[in-house]
Amino acid sequence: MEITVIRGGMLTTVQDPGRVGYRAAGVALCGAMDPFALRMANLLVGNAEDAAAFECTLVGPELVFSADTVIAVCGAEFPGIPAWQPIAVRAGERIRLGVVSRGCRACLAVAGGIDVPPFLGSRSTYLRGQVGGFQGRALREGDVLAVPDVARRVEEHWRIDPRILPEYSPETVVRVVRGAQLEDFGGALFDAEFRIMHKSDRMGVRLGGAKLARIGGLPEMISAAVAPGTLQVPPDGQPIVLMADAQTIGGYPQAAHVVSVDLPLVAQLRPGDRVRFAEVPLDEAHRLILAREHMFAILHEGLAQKLR
Amino acid sequence: MTFSALGDSAVVVALGATIDKEVLPRVRALTALLEANRPVGIVDVVPAYATVTVFYEPGRLPAGARPYDFVCRFITERARSLDAEAKKKPATASRTIEIPVCYGGDYGQDYADVARHCGLEAPELAKRHAAGDYLVHAIGFAPGFPYLGGLAEELHIPRRATPRVSVPAGSVGIGGAQTGVYPLPTPGGWQLIGRTPLALFRPGEKEPALLRVGDRVKFRAITPEEFATWK
Repeated sequence: MEITVIRGGMLTTVQDPGRVGYRAAGVALCGAMDPFALRMANLLVGNAEDAAAFECTLVGPELVFSADTVIAVCGAEFPGIPAWQPIAVRAGERIRLGVVSRGCRACLAVAGGIDVPPFLGSRSTYLRGQVGGFQGRALREGDVLAVPDVARRVEEHWRIDPRILPEYSPETVVRVVRGAQLEDFGGALFDAEFRIMHKSDRMGVRLGGAKLARIGGLPEMISAAVAPGTLQVPPDGQPIVLMADAQTIGGYPQAAHVVSVDLPLVAQLRPGDRVRFAEVPLDEAHRLILAREHMFAILHEGLAQKLR
Repeated sequence: MTFSALGDSAVVVALGATIDKEVLPRVRALTALLEANRPVGIVDVVPAYATVTVFYEPGRLPAGARPYDFVCRFITERARSLDAEAKKKPATASRTIEIPVCYGGDYGQDYADVARHCGLEAPELAKRHAAGDYLVHAIGFAPGFPYLGGLAEELHIPRRATPRVSVPAGSVGIGGAQTGVYPLPTPGGWQLIGRTPLALFRPGEKEPALLRVGDRVKFRAITPEEFATWK
């Protein structure tokens, strides 16, 4: 089957869970900004959780499908497109996502998964490296993408119970574990409310509205590894939460790290949205990860019954 | 050797607190010890300057142990032979890689400014830069980008006040006390003095970065003709 791009949208890229194992070569992790949405969208169309899907940003694409198939749109929501449930699509049908109504980024999965050549073990697009995904770039008008033919039918008229979704909100509290330089900023991180700034992208979500001042006289840092979720504070005091396409090493003080299960909350924040941070112990962050993995394992079993 | 958490999915091992070429063999040796036969759930090992960072997936580690403790124990066990490993085989512990560079002109847009800033006659800048013995302290910023230590003090120059939106691939630059090579066209604030025809990031290769932390680098001046015909 083929998917033809009528309009690319604002920033539509092919993403999977990311490119693990090449950070020593300076190659960013990449992958879906909202990994929860990616896994769920894939499960809803009967794919493996790590299949490649489209990540659509703020203004979604317009696509034509050459054969009957099943899609699912998870994460951000678009008017008239039912989220968190399988959608049957007919051959020749046009799907137009339009302008996002909730959140910032949606994963659009297609039964069979998007078939682009893997690069270093992943199909995710690495925009800065101009490799991976579909020709290393965002989709644009006229692109044609392949999807392996799979026979898949769905029972319609059901959706994921919203109670198991992350608590997406434009005014959110994000849990963090402490960073090595948290004390350099006093307790200011947890008192402040930040606003998402326009310059945010797949490398980092930039925070404004409040500034974090580092105690004077402290030495410059030596660059070391950073990770998606690292909340770093450049000298201007405006924190950046590093995200999927983040550089692999950095030298700014690290006030905190967003816990893995809350990265989807950050991924869905739009410019102007508000965020606060709350500290949790490392053990709690790990407990949350294991609980989420357990939930996905159960869901996997349950969905196998609904898809055939 | 001290451990600290980098969020809920990585442990940073600090082997020193300064940029020090004596620490690098230990960084390199520990990286090799941790990379060999990684247990399930240990997914990436990232050396830089004085640290090695170990990434893990808590859900894939053995059940029962606290994930952070498990990873620290894994590192401690592997590090037992660190002293021996760091002293061993200096020949393989550090490769020397030669990078051909066409200095100045259209190849290094800031060349004349840098020479002036350093108080050098134009040809002298290339000579001194190519005479250096450099060490890869870290790979990062962009795929395959090496941070090289060992730049002669008279060649230190601050970064540009306003970074360029796009630096040509292969550009050789100076940023403060360091020198490096941009493998891909990316934004960049370093002063550009030349360009290499060599690919430092090779997407098709198993090891996509040409250089590794701990490698020695030598620059060799080439002519525009050599640059044009480089294969």
